[in-house]
Amino acid sequence: MAWDMYQERILDHYRRPRNFGRLESADLTGSESNPLCGDHITLELRLDSARERLEEVRFSGDGCAISMASASMLAQRIQGKPLTEVSQVRRTDVEAMLGIPLSPVRVKCALTPLKALAEALAGTRTPLTTSEAPGTETPGVGESPP
Amino acid sequence: MAHPSPARPEAPASATVSPPGGRGVGGCRRDFPILSRTFGGHPLVYLDSAATSQKPQRVIEVEADFYRRLNANVHRGVYALSEEATEAYEGARARVARFLHARDPAEVVFVRGTSEALNLMAEVLGRGPLKEGGRILLTDMEHHSNLVPWQLVAADRGWELDYVGVTDDGELSPEDLDGKLTRGTSVFSFTHVSNVLGTVNPVPALAARAREVGALTILDAAQSAPHLPLDVQALGVDALAFSGHKIFGPTGIGVLWVRKELLETLPPYQGGGEMIMEVTRERSTYKDAPLRFEAGTPNTAGAVVLSSALDYVEHLGYDRMAHHEQGLLKEAWEGLSALAGDDLTIYGPPLSRGHVGVLSFSLKGVHPHDLATLLDAEGVALRAGHHCAQLLMRRYGVSALSRVSYGPYNDAEDNRAFLQAMGKVCRLFQRP
Repeated sequence: MAWDMYQERILDHYRRPRNFGRLESADLTGSESNPLCGDHITLELRLDSARERLEEVRFSGDGCAISMASASMLAQRIQGKPLTEVSQVRRTDVEAMLGIPLSPVRVKCALTPLKALAEALAGTRTPLTTSEAPGTETPGVGESPP
Repeated sequence: MAHPSPARPEAPASATVSPPGGRGVGGCRRDFPILSRTFGGHPLVYLDSAATSQKPQRVIEVEADFYRRLNANVHRGVYALSEEATEAYEGARARVARFLHARDPAEVVFVRGTSEALNLMAEVLGRGPLKEGGRILLTDMEHHSNLVPWQLVAADRGWELDYVGVTDDGELSPEDLDGKLTRGTSVFSFTHVSNVLGTVNPVPALAARAREVGALTILDAAQSAPHLPLDVQALGVDALAFSGHKIFGPTGIGVLWVRKELLETLPPYQGGGEMIMEVTRERSTYKDAPLRFEAGTPNTAGAVVLSSALDYVEHLGYDRMAHHEQGLLKEAWEGLSALAGDDLTIYGPPLSRGHVGVLSFSLKGVHPHDLATLLDAEGVALRAGHHCAQLLMRRYGVSALSRVSYGPYNDAEDNRAFLQAMGKVCRLFQRP
């Protein structure tokens, strides 16, 4: 199963992440870390003048192929979309976008960008809920021994 | 003592197939039942002994035997069984004292592990000699368990914390030691062997310098205990801690050794049964060390099993283990370099300067987490992450590293499986 995760599509997003970088001035920002591996992703969003649509999406940070591909695909997916639509993105959408088998440990990597997005939207009129996603917290996968 | 003992003539970890039953130090691989497991059709290639060692059959049997024959509470009953259990527990203490070359078994406190030992030291120093303040010197190569306990107490006691930096080669910065291990330092707490870099710190010299400036020395020996003989007299430190589970013993048992003159001045750690002389409504009086530091029913079985694990280590012999493990490290180092060339970075000092137990590396363009996932699919268990050493990760500008670590049961076949899987990973991630 593990080798199946690393399909060329995933590796391509990992090597050439889309929407990678920083925004000069962001309206919304969200960050999320994965304590297991020390990965972190920051998502920066710029809104249009009506503050209803994501005009520009950028992500930065450092992570494994799964989390970076997930961030790259998510950024592509939400750029240019109205906030009302963006706030409807769910865990299942991310999993479908990646389209690969994910072990419980690696699901956390896949969902790190979505959590960053949820944080970015938390203060807005269109928050994103990740609470409907049971299993995003994997018990016993905290800081492991040396 | 800081460096692996000179090689003793022994079967080299050659690339030829070992004879059946001849794998590991003296063929010891057969002593470890877990190593015959398979994962996804692949035999387990266990390269994470720095996280925890596997357990030999004879040690596993001692645990079962304890509960079959010896189980009773210690230091309490007057009946024969309790006396036998007490004898076994105190016998284990004496065994640990012998293992460490301690002058007196009363210097040995049983704890849950190295983390608890270091928490204990920080806590009792904070309620005792360093109640009014102090300066604690740590290093950037410490495991979180030798950082966080000091930070916790420092916040309460107003202690000043300082850190000795690490060179590019993974050794303690000599300039920082000169500038920071100075008069006014109360405690210098540092690791014997780095769990990331494999660095062997020159403990006797560091302890001597600390003594000159009037600082107590506490040694985290969690990573050294499985690889280097520990002699507290030669090391010259005031306290030392190690964990049973990293040295073929069970989890939940560890050792804190403290020089008697210091231990006797320290207040109790936790309160409870076993540690008291007399309890009244107003106050209690406490037993002498070491029982003063062992509140509640101890991990009796753990202590007894640990003593059998120490027997096992000495049966294998540190010289033979060092020779064997250094051979495996060298082979992996060369194999990885040949595979990945300039894309590979290995952290820590070169083997010639003392580098023990672990090999941490990064591979350009391949995240450690992905690497570990793919190797796992080949039956190879290695560690990826920050290794509970975030100060080091920051020092080297990485968020995570991959790490292989060896035990006496590993052999050239393990390395071959590891390098073969690494080859597959390199090919997968190679730019098209």
